[in-house]
Amino acid sequence: MKVDRQLVKKVAAIARINLTESELAKFTDDFKDILQDFSVLSKIDTDKVVPTFCSADLQNVYRQDRVDKCLIRQKALVNTKHKENGFFKGPKTV
Amino acid sequence: MTYLITKVKVSNGIPLVVKDSICTKGILTTAGSKILKGFVPTYDATAVRLAKKAGCKVVGKATQDEFGFGTFSTNCAFGVPKNPHDLSRSCGGSSGGVAGYVAASKSDVFGLGESTGGSISCPASFCGVVGLTPTYGLVSRYGLIDYASSLDRIGPITQTVEDAAWLLSKIARYDKQDSTSIKKSAEDYTLYCGKSIKGLKIGVPKEYMDLATKNVRDTVTLAINQLEKLGAKIVPISLKYTDLALPAYYIIALSEASTNLAKFCGMRYGLQDKLDGNFNTYFSKVRSEGFGEEAKRRILLGTFARMAGFQDKYYIKALKIRTLVIEDFQKTFKKVDVIAAPTMPIVAPKFSEIEKLSPLDQYKIDVLTVPVSLAGLPQLSVPAGFVGKMPVGLHLIANYLDEGKIIQVGDAFEQS
Repeated sequence: MKVDRQLVKKVAAIARINLTESELAKFTDDFKDILQDFSVLSKIDTDKVVPTFCSADLQNVYRQDRVDKCLIRQKALVNTKHKENGFFKGPKTV
Repeated sequence: MTYLITKVKVSNGIPLVVKDSICTKGILTTAGSKILKGFVPTYDATAVRLAKKAGCKVVGKATQDEFGFGTFSTNCAFGVPKNPHDLSRSCGGSSGGVAGYVAASKSDVFGLGESTGGSISCPASFCGVVGLTPTYGLVSRYGLIDYASSLDRIGPITQTVEDAAWLLSKIARYDKQDSTSIKKSAEDYTLYCGKSIKGLKIGVPKEYMDLATKNVRDTVTLAINQLEKLGAKIVPISLKYTDLALPAYYIIALSEASTNLAKFCGMRYGLQDKLDGNFNTYFSKVRSEGFGEEAKRRILLGTFARMAGFQDKYYIKALKIRTLVIEDFQKTFKKVDVIAAPTMPIVAPKFSEIEKLSPLDQYKIDVLTVPVSLAGLPQLSVPAGFVGKMPVGLHLIANYLDEGKIIQVGDAFEQS
């Protein structure tokens, strides 16, 4: 895998972050440095090891399918200036 | 000294300073990021609600690395806290504002910090205070502005072990609003204070001692000798996956962070702009303005590690290394009750020294706190002594839900 400006640019587009030219140059160097160092993991044989997504013993949590106490509309909208008729107003999608 | 982003006037009650990534009803909460500028939560995080119920009053929201992204609290949008022991040095990160405030306070004050890869232990060690990071899931994460959901933990930062035990006793409750909350009945952890540690087996990992600078290692060795004098049995141990835990931790933490931070888009709260252009243009514009340099770096690295074609090599591989790290700890806890080691390999560095470090150099300073974070085990940093005028932390680690044991050992050491 080649770590270059093109790759970092592609990643930034997926992450919805616009990079300046100097950010792009800096992050490309950082990517090379960091990924080279982290490649040590590939030397470890983990074929028979199960991945751990969470250290806690997780169980599915179910509840009754009924309306529960939740954030009321006025409170949900209190931190935005983009609202209309009790709804969030967003940018154009099409 | 910039320890607080928001100061709150209160007339009575137990003063509580809260890391800014923990939601407080009616009080500005930014997680140290410009992208959350102006965000005032309409509810308290469960940990804050429970602390208030126990008599605490929030006196301020503390500075921190943006979203917890840092080891030195230098990646802060709203002020960099300075170490009260030497103003030219860092408080540690990312709960640096809380630890600095607690260390600088002449009167009794309690702190609520949050750790993903050591963000309670590190600043506690650098500032010479007590930091208690409980078992993953013991304290609800509801109301925490998340960094990495499988790693984030809220815990006390205080002046004494007994204070930390008291606060943990009040905030450790099952909470149905957090799907990873542990169903465990409430416990009074202060009952572990004042107990003898005679006969307790304390493991000292060679790898951890070797990674510390000589001055730190010497100070921690003296602390371990003191534990032996108090009756504990010291057992040399080895934790062989220590080095691998660091890249595994960063890959997992940044992968989770990149998805968690996808919700910040300038629409519902925080930084907002004029709704111009399509959603892609608008979201990208706000995110590019609102996130700081380290947040952008971590979002990009995390996005990359999860991308098709790279996911198995990085993200899944890291999750498998995490399994090996956990197994290593589990084997160790069949032989010992508690692990003792330096919290950080160094004392708080000067800001001028931090400036010279590359991002990778900075990540590597976390080498002693990330293995235990990956495993989600309880950990306690207690002041062990000084190198010059700078504090050194003794790190005590126990098995899942064995908070009592590290409180017992930490308190016995503190009182001796």
